[in-house]
Amino acid sequence: MGKPIIIVKNLVKKFEDVTAVDNLSLQIAKGELFGLLGPNGAGKTTTINVLRGLLKPTSGLVIINGLDVQREAAKVKELIGVCPQDTPVYNYLTGRENAELFGNLYGVPEEKLKDEVDALLRRIGLAGDADRRVGQYSGGMKRRLSLVMALVHDPEIAFLDEPTVGMDPQSRHAIWDLILDLKKRGKTIVLTTHYMEEAENICDRVGVIDHGKLIALGSPAELIRQYESKNLEEVFIRLTGRKIREDA
Amino acid sequence: MKLQRITALVGKDIKKLLREPALLFLLILFPIMLTLVFGFSFGAIGGAQQTTFQIGIVNMNAENLYPQYAQNFIANLTSVQMLKIQVYSDNETAQLDLVQGKIQAVLIIPEDFGESCHAFQAAPNDPAKWINITIPLYLDSGSMLATQAIPSVIQQILATTIYGNQQAVFPQPIHLVPSLVGVSKRTAFDYMAPGLFAYASIFLTITVAQSFTSDRENGMLRRINTTPTTATEFMISQAFSNMIIGVIQAILIFVTAYALGFRPEVEASSMMLAFVMMLIFSLCNVGFGLITATLAKSSSAATGIAFIFILPQMFLGTFVGAALSSIAQVAGHFVPSYYVTDAFTSLLLRKASITSPTVLLDLATTSFSSLTVLAFGVLLFRKYGKA
Repeated sequence: MGKPIIIVKNLVKKFEDVTAVDNLSLQIAKGELFGLLGPNGAGKTTTINVLRGLLKPTSGLVIINGLDVQREAAKVKELIGVCPQDTPVYNYLTGRENAELFGNLYGVPEEKLKDEVDALLRRIGLAGDADRRVGQYSGGMKRRLSLVMALVHDPEIAFLDEPTVGMDPQSRHAIWDLILDLKKRGKTIVLTTHYMEEAENICDRVGVIDHGKLIALGSPAELIRQYESKNLEEVFIRLTGRKIREDA
Repeated sequence: MKLQRITALVGKDIKKLLREPALLFLLILFPIMLTLVFGFSFGAIGGAQQTTFQIGIVNMNAENLYPQYAQNFIANLTSVQMLKIQVYSDNETAQLDLVQGKIQAVLIIPEDFGESCHAFQAAPNDPAKWINITIPLYLDSGSMLATQAIPSVIQQILATTIYGNQQAVFPQPIHLVPSLVGVSKRTAFDYMAPGLFAYASIFLTITVAQSFTSDRENGMLRRINTTPTTATEFMISQAFSNMIIGVIQAILIFVTAYALGFRPEVEASSMMLAFVMMLIFSLCNVGFGLITATLAKSSSAATGIAFIFILPQMFLGTFVGAALSSIAQVAGHFVPSYYVTDAFTSLLLRKASITSPTVLLDLATTSFSSLTVLAFGVLLFRKYGKA
């Protein structure tokens, strides 16, 4: 593993008497595509929300690019791009306007912004619908747009929370291509997913979380070998005792 | 603080206003429709129609000395376009018509009217030789316009009849106040127009509350929170957006009211101050919107809760308040919209200057209350409303 850009040390996040993240420690290298796997309610999104500075940890430490996420949140926000699970977009704006709005919020220079947005929309297959209002988009199109909004400022680290959920295979592959292109350009990506084949195909390493605990960590090939399984899905069943989509 | 972020968020809000039909109706079309409805109902469309008053006259001087003075007086009154004169032979019949609303005033020309006029003409510079009399004028107390307009018009005609073009001081308790004659040109709509400005702006409370609650519901606030945009930049953008909407509302209401005959004779500085008041007042409604968004669990609940802040402002602080009980009118002093309406009335109807104490007090009170409500709203939302 190369130089770590994300360091999580003994992270605990409790909501009243429920422990959502339980003493989680891991490191993610610069340029790595890291998959966070787990059934619904396992603590994936809570972990991502702590990593992106949205939730304050109960205890523990999160360091991103040498910056304490809690103490230096403003600087961390400039480094990261977040594609949340719930696809928040403005329905009354066009796809292009949504992307440009977030480009402006991230401070992308005006002269670069239009080209960045055009390139991303084209890349993700939304160029033809860029000037339509988002209210007319399908769910899958909104998810793709949401990804554009997260990446418009070309962040060093991207947190992608279930970016391909509910998408048709063609759209999913378009997203994978985009993610792999980010990786090729040296970006660090933290991806949560329900799709085992997705994690197996594109992730460098995966971490399996269940009940807030990290129960396995390694490359898909390592985990398959270690647990003597045919694929990652089988590894997951062995680890958690259930199929991932049963909870999804 | 980055201007790029603020202008992007303001642009987004303005697009929302123009593209969301419900918002466009509530903030733009509703105020215009309200102004049109009130203008048609209570005003003079295009200024072409002039208000007229039915005046009953009982001439007790007809059979007495010097009847020509009373005849001249009646002729002068008849020549005024806005007065429709009906001569009665007795006071009882005239009073009956007044009570039944057929006429709006009864003027009694006393028996010694001619003698009084003659005495004055004989010795205009010797008050000791004048015969002082009183002219009873009964007015329809149910008509705001009649009570304000008729006395001043009759005083002026009376003075012209007696003194000609001399600028003399009328020797009776009724004093000539020529400036009041202007009031007679006004319609009921003119008195309502200042309140319409505050009335329209009050509804910003709903849209601000809905905007914040729906952004919270769909995760947009959280998403924006992961960008470098600071809470201050976000709140400033909200304030700017709503100030712009407030000014657009004011311009549209003014243009609509003007088209319906509202003609305030004011200087540019007064108009400027009126628009500044609207800017400041819109901040107050942003504050109430934020308080509403903090209290409301969902965007649909926000609409209902917003009326907790809208109704008192609407009933106690706009044109509606003029028709309320004295207690309600006192209560009006506790809502910010009252001071906006009062300032607009002073500037547009009373022709007060921008430095008059009343206007300055209204400005100071509106500013203080608006900024206080805004600050309270921001603090409350930041502490309890974001979750």
